Amino acid sequence: MTKVMEPEEIDRALRRIAHEILERNKGAEDVLLVGIHTRGVPLAERLHLIIDEYENVKVPVGTLDIGLYRDDLDRRPTTELGATAMPEDPSGRTVVLVDDVLYTGRTIRAALDAMADLGRPQAIQLAVLADRGHRQLPIRPDYVGKNLPTSSSERVMVRLQETDGKEGIWIEERV
Amino acid sequence: MKHFLSTDDISRADLESLLDLSDEFVEVLARPIPKVPALRGKTVAMLFFEASTRTRLSFERAAKALSADTMSFSPSTSSLSKGESLKDTALTIKAMGADALVVRHQFTGAQWRIADWTGLPVLNAGDGAHQHPTQALLDALTIRQHFGKLDGLRIAIVGDIRHSRVARSDISTFSTLGAEVTLVAPSTLLPVDMEGWPVKVAGSIDDVLDVDVVYLLRIQAERGGASVFPSLPEYVTRFGMTRERFARLAENAIVMHPGPMNRGVEIAPEVADHPRARILEQVANGVAVRMAVLFRLLGGEASDE
Repeated sequence: MTKVMEPEEIDRALRRIAHEILERNKGAEDVLLVGIHTRGVPLAERLHLIIDEYENVKVPVGTLDIGLYRDDLDRRPTTELGATAMPEDPSGRTVVLVDDVLYTGRTIRAALDAMADLGRPQAIQLAVLADRGHRQLPIRPDYVGKNLPTSSSERVMVRLQETDGKEGIWIEERV
Repeated sequence: MKHFLSTDDISRADLESLLDLSDEFVEVLARPIPKVPALRGKTVAMLFFEASTRTRLSFERAAKALSADTMSFSPSTSSLSKGESLKDTALTIKAMGADALVVRHQFTGAQWRIADWTGLPVLNAGDGAHQHPTQALLDALTIRQHFGKLDGLRIAIVGDIRHSRVARSDISTFSTLGAEVTLVAPSTLLPVDMEGWPVKVAGSIDDVLDVDVVYLLRIQAERGGASVFPSLPEYVTRFGMTRERFARLAENAIVMHPGPMNRGVEIAPEVADHPRARILEQVANGVAVRMAVLFRLLGGEASDE
């Protein structure tokens, strides 16, 4: 198992993404951060804190569980759901979806469907901590913490303090 | 979880997990578009061998809000009147492509037989006077929404316990979740088989007015419930939730009823319409808990069997 991202690198990447979000949207006035369960939620909360630190703006943070929108329900191991909650009506806002790893794009496809049922955002952008390639759908991220070239036989493991009690990104060969 | 037949054999952790899942579906039902694609392509068949309005409509609404298709069946218009057996009816509906069966039947245990015959996930929507597990789940959810938990609450179930599948499912669900259940009924409307039930018994509703939840049951005339006590006015005197009794309840206490209500018998009209009567909340929660159960059974785990 190889560690490819240290906690301080994760922090730096998130700070850069926060700045890019502010730059691209000319501030954070209409932005709604939406964390995708499980690890997108603490990442969205961290972006909220960083943006508040620099701009003194409290960007609302929503959470989204895409469990009801997946296209592989027959193969999923569980039917647990995390909370879906929007602190503000997403309609008319710029929604920034936040997730830990972008891979096939199927999670984001499901998240886009879910957002469409929750309102009509003015725009939807995508922020990911790591992009490992191998897309199966025409989906691309707007903000990337780190590009991780991987083979499909490898597994990318993201661990965050809030959810796992330790922090970092590792790559391991699938057994 | 392969079937949802009875609350007796569900663990506390599983009940709480189903209630948590139900909370998520309460949120889904509050959305501008209260529908999700989770069960697209699945077909849920409703087999109601006994009359029902709310339960059948509630299951249909739940299935449709999950994007499942539904097929419906009622005995008066079906081949049952031509003498088809229960088994043949069930297998016929399976052959049409049903992925799950929601079954109500007047005989105890019919759902277990249908589950064996068809191998499909079966949801018990009421069997005789035995079980009505989704009702118990929606009742638990309604109580949990108001009090935050069931643990340590005192709940009185009042009325025709003997003929009530709701009472049987509620008793096991409430007590598994940590509540203390007291049954209040004329002795002729108490079950004969109460040995080992986790309940206390009281002889008049006036003995339990200090509880957190008063759960009123309907006198089930169709199951012989009205013939075992002298008169309705006498029933109201000892067991009815009158305005006077409602005024004596704790400030935060709630009143529940599985419906259909007999206003003026087990519940006074003014009580039924009071905000602390949670009867319409129960109905609304019914859709969410049925979504949760359908999603549990058809949303992936069942295919691991």
